[in-house]
Amino acid sequence: MTMHEEIIFAGFGGQGVLFGGQLLAYTALAEEKHVTWIPSYGPEMRGGTANCTVVVSDDPIGSPVCRNPSIVITFNNPSLEKYESLIKPGGLLVVNESLIVEPPTRTDIDVVLLPATTLATELGDTKMTNMILLGALLGRRPVVAMETVQAVLLDKLGSRKAHLHELNLAALARGQEIGLAQNTEQAV
Amino acid sequence: MTIELLKGNVALAEAAIRAGVEAYFGYPITPQTELLEHMAKRMPELGRAFVQAESEVAAINMVYGAACTGVRTMTSSSSPGISLMQEGLSYIAGSEVPAVIVDIMRGGPGLGNIQPSQSDYFQVTRSAGHGDYHPIVLAPASVQEAIDLMTEAFDLADKYRHVVYVVADGLLGQMMEPAELPPMQPLRKERAGWALTGSEGREKRIITSLQLNAPDLEAVNLRLQFKLAEIRKREQRSTEMLTENVRLVVVGYGTAGRIAETAVKRAREDGMKVGLFRPITLWPFPERRLSALADQVDAFLVVEMNAGQMLDDVRLAAGGQVPVSFVGRMGGVVPVPEEIYDKIEEIYVKLPVRVR
Repeated sequence: MTMHEEIIFAGFGGQGVLFGGQLLAYTALAEEKHVTWIPSYGPEMRGGTANCTVVVSDDPIGSPVCRNPSIVITFNNPSLEKYESLIKPGGLLVVNESLIVEPPTRTDIDVVLLPATTLATELGDTKMTNMILLGALLGRRPVVAMETVQAVLLDKLGSRKAHLHELNLAALARGQEIGLAQNTEQAV
Repeated sequence: MTIELLKGNVALAEAAIRAGVEAYFGYPITPQTELLEHMAKRMPELGRAFVQAESEVAAINMVYGAACTGVRTMTSSSSPGISLMQEGLSYIAGSEVPAVIVDIMRGGPGLGNIQPSQSDYFQVTRSAGHGDYHPIVLAPASVQEAIDLMTEAFDLADKYRHVVYVVADGLLGQMMEPAELPPMQPLRKERAGWALTGSEGREKRIITSLQLNAPDLEAVNLRLQFKLAEIRKREQRSTEMLTENVRLVVVGYGTAGRIAETAVKRAREDGMKVGLFRPITLWPFPERRLSALADQVDAFLVVEMNAGQMLDDVRLAAGGQVPVSFVGRMGGVVPVPEEIYDKIEEIYVKLPVRVR
């Protein structure tokens, strides 16, 4: 069975939504998979809606857009309201529980709920929200290997941002841990 | 050479640099701005000319001037900016100097929006500005193809001394995808025999699109038409997937073409005999190959991110031999494979029985 995942990262501008998707895309390339990354956002730099679609596949990719993604990470409540109903049955929804009003209700998809903004603040930087959510996604569904993500991330941050290495890795690990812990289905 | 994750706009800019562009003139506009931004950084680094002009009108006229000196030159913009360049483009075509234009199309008409669209098809293929001509129009569907066609655009512009467009929609401009850039080409040292290089010690040369005498202007037009006929004969390009023994061929270019590819694959999995034809040159339109396909299939379905513009060219190529249907989205809405699939299915079940 060849791997083909259509993944949407959705939230507000300024939450690291686009970079979260880019990190996954760079990692997919490092693992020699086929990948496309497309952003969708308004003219605002911060505060407007921001989302991106990442397609990762073992095969060459035709459409870089999809109606029904197999995986969605929602960073805020409007994104959860918009995307919950669109996920393919059997797909995965990763929810930033810190910024939602009502929890998701679908029972035909996997759901990982975690208060990513709160956890990021606890780690020392709210900007780690995206890394925590990406970690949770990979804990639940290892589309790419965590080791590759770590290596690519450190490479992208470079020595100029060496002081952020540990924090980013800790955020990924925290998310992964929760993703794995909530991975009841595969544990059975 | 290495495969990198590159954004379409950046890939186009870097490909142009490696193809030896010596002078870039532009004005920022979303969703094309990363191209200009990359040029702003790289061109001065390399000792080449980068000018952020005061408007698109100025930018295209600067391109015209630079082109007259025989250097590789280009500009880039998005739909409303391209509209502003029409007059300059016409002068360039009338003067027969080589220039490359990138159009990263967005939703229109008017100021429209900044979302992806293919609604400039008429504007770029029918002419660029007034007068009797078509520019050459290349339409990539992936970041890699954008790089390859950008390189080729300069060769075609030089070969025919003509306007060459590379057109993509905002989605391809903004998309990141693995691709490989070609090595850096050395800049050309010698200038063409028609170029304005300073006339000291030689006969002066004049480049102009002004011909006040009607028979003289007709002679210019005849030469231009002869050139366009040659281009039409030699430069039609397209690619296809699974078009053997099929009943329906889906026709789409650029982003719409690759979205259609996914829909076609799904339709094949469900037993429908469907293939994909993707024009790479929008002008010259790949009419020869499409006409040949019209002899072999029962119907065409055109997919575009507009109200149906290439549709006219597909109908001409089909020559009334097969019905031509259309599915598209407008105003910056990108179609998803599912809606193309639905249209394929709708047409497929009603295909006429054709006796051969």
